[in-house]
Amino acid sequence: MWEGLRLRQARAMITVEELSKRYGAYAAVDRVSFRAEPGSVTGFLGPNGAGKSTTMRMMAGLTPPSAGHSTILGVPYEQLPNPGRHVGVLLDASAQHAGRTGREVLRLGATVMGLPRTRVDEMLEVVGLSGTEGERRVGNYSLGMRQRLGIAHALMGDPQVLILDEPANGLDPAGIHWMRGLLKSFAERGGTVLLSSHLLHEIEVVADHLVVIGRGKIVADGSKAELLTAVGTLVRGLDAGALALSLDDAGHPYTTAHDGGYLVEATGEQVGIAAAKAGVVVTELRAADGAGLEDMFLQLTSDDAREKVSA
Amino acid sequence: MSTTTAPAPFRPAVSPDPSIAGIPFSRHLRVELRKLVDTRAGFWLLAAIGILTVAAVAIYLFAVDPSELTYLNFVAVTATPQGMLLPVLGILAVTAEWSQRTGLVTFTQEPNRLRIVSAKLLALLVAGLAAVALSLAVAALGNVLGIALRDGAGTWNFEAAGVRDFVLVQLIGLVQGFAFGMLLMNTAAAIVLYFVLPIAWNILFTLVGGLADAAPWLDLNTALAPVFNGDTLAGNDWSHLAVSGTIWVLVPVALGLVRLLRREVK
Repeated sequence: MWEGLRLRQARAMITVEELSKRYGAYAAVDRVSFRAEPGSVTGFLGPNGAGKSTTMRMMAGLTPPSAGHSTILGVPYEQLPNPGRHVGVLLDASAQHAGRTGREVLRLGATVMGLPRTRVDEMLEVVGLSGTEGERRVGNYSLGMRQRLGIAHALMGDPQVLILDEPANGLDPAGIHWMRGLLKSFAERGGTVLLSSHLLHEIEVVADHLVVIGRGKIVADGSKAELLTAVGTLVRGLDAGALALSLDDAGHPYTTAHDGGYLVEATGEQVGIAAAKAGVVVTELRAADGAGLEDMFLQLTSDDAREKVSA
Repeated sequence: MSTTTAPAPFRPAVSPDPSIAGIPFSRHLRVELRKLVDTRAGFWLLAAIGILTVAAVAIYLFAVDPSELTYLNFVAVTATPQGMLLPVLGILAVTAEWSQRTGLVTFTQEPNRLRIVSAKLLALLVAGLAAVALSLAVAALGNVLGIALRDGAGTWNFEAAGVRDFVLVQLIGLVQGFAFGMLLMNTAAAIVLYFVLPIAWNILFTLVGGLADAAPWLDLNTALAPVFNGDTLAGNDWSHLAVSGTIWVLVPVALGLVRLLRREVK
């Protein structure tokens, strides 16, 4: 087990350990730890104000953490020589000078990173901004165009790691589809992607791994498969075969859990009745844990929601 | 941030690509120079400096008595528009990173903020020297035209010390603007305070009789008054400039630096 953990740590391109940010008494980010590994897309999920952006700013050296630390490619961000060549960062697509043209923004980036000027046109093409759009000032861009420009900037240095904060905001459905493909292929080529979102459905399509944050704390961290297991009941019996038959008879769909029990799409009472009818001895019967990411996420969101949802 | 708190029982398999070198300062300087002109605001500000310099000389050439058409006076008329606009250039160069929020990209590409600040200051000094050189050249042209067109006095009595003081005054204003920009990180506030504070301060020293002796030590404009009056800085003037310059330029630069290096970039 320790060997596995070591291997995991050794391969992590992004490590965040016990990162905290306090503003006075308010803990915006509270002992956040997670990792992101190469060849995968890690979704950083949380409601607005949960601490996603603050965490990402700390990772990029823009906000000094109150405690904890983070590394990219094994070193603190500040120690990366020419960071743009190692990690593409897009924290806010709107944070661009309104009076500068899109092409000029990329040209400045290319100069700092030491890239040939031809890279500017290449990147405009990659993100689907036309030549005339590149000549327009960013102040006249839609949010979707700014996102494309920001992604072009992040990808320009041919980095191994991408850190993107809400990159799908303002993109139209075709743009969102395009970006998913782009991030997936980036990960397939061995890249590491960390992208944040406040929309579960937006992220579950593209992410392999999910890190969920709420009120500054990590509330879930695991593979998408683990976290998205449907809500239901976990049941275990002395005779697993008989138990399965009883569930079949009652018409409750189920899947086999990792340690021999069943995850059933039914309430505990329904499962109990089915087992009793078949005379199967039940050794464990409880709500499936780790299930219901969406429920948990909704809970998180509604707890923080400005308008209270009446139950 | 400490990396020693986490036990490291293994050598991490990942590390930054060693073939990628750090960013040389010259690239930052090039970028910061370019950023002075590649926005609409920056372009027109620099254009205004050029246009007003030429316009001031052109108007002066025909507006005053020919006996006053000397090189010294031509240089002096260019000093006013430049003296007002160069500090604004200094302010905008730094406040744009915060008000336009480009700092999010700038300081992500170069986490060492001091390198960015140094590149900015150097780029501003280059722009300031170019503006002063333009002044001296256009004023010389004006003087020649004054002789040719209006039979002007045409004297060239502007010695090296005069050039030195002129350059100094303009660059002091530029750096002071830069310092106010770093300190306030807000374009409007920095511009207003840059212009209002010294005036209010100056009025204070003018109105309160007992402060007159202290004025050249504490008020930068009083310390620089000899230059505005067509003299050159000499003797005690330098002590005045050292003290008031520390108060109005060096201290704001230092405080501004502290704020800029520490502030969270959002």
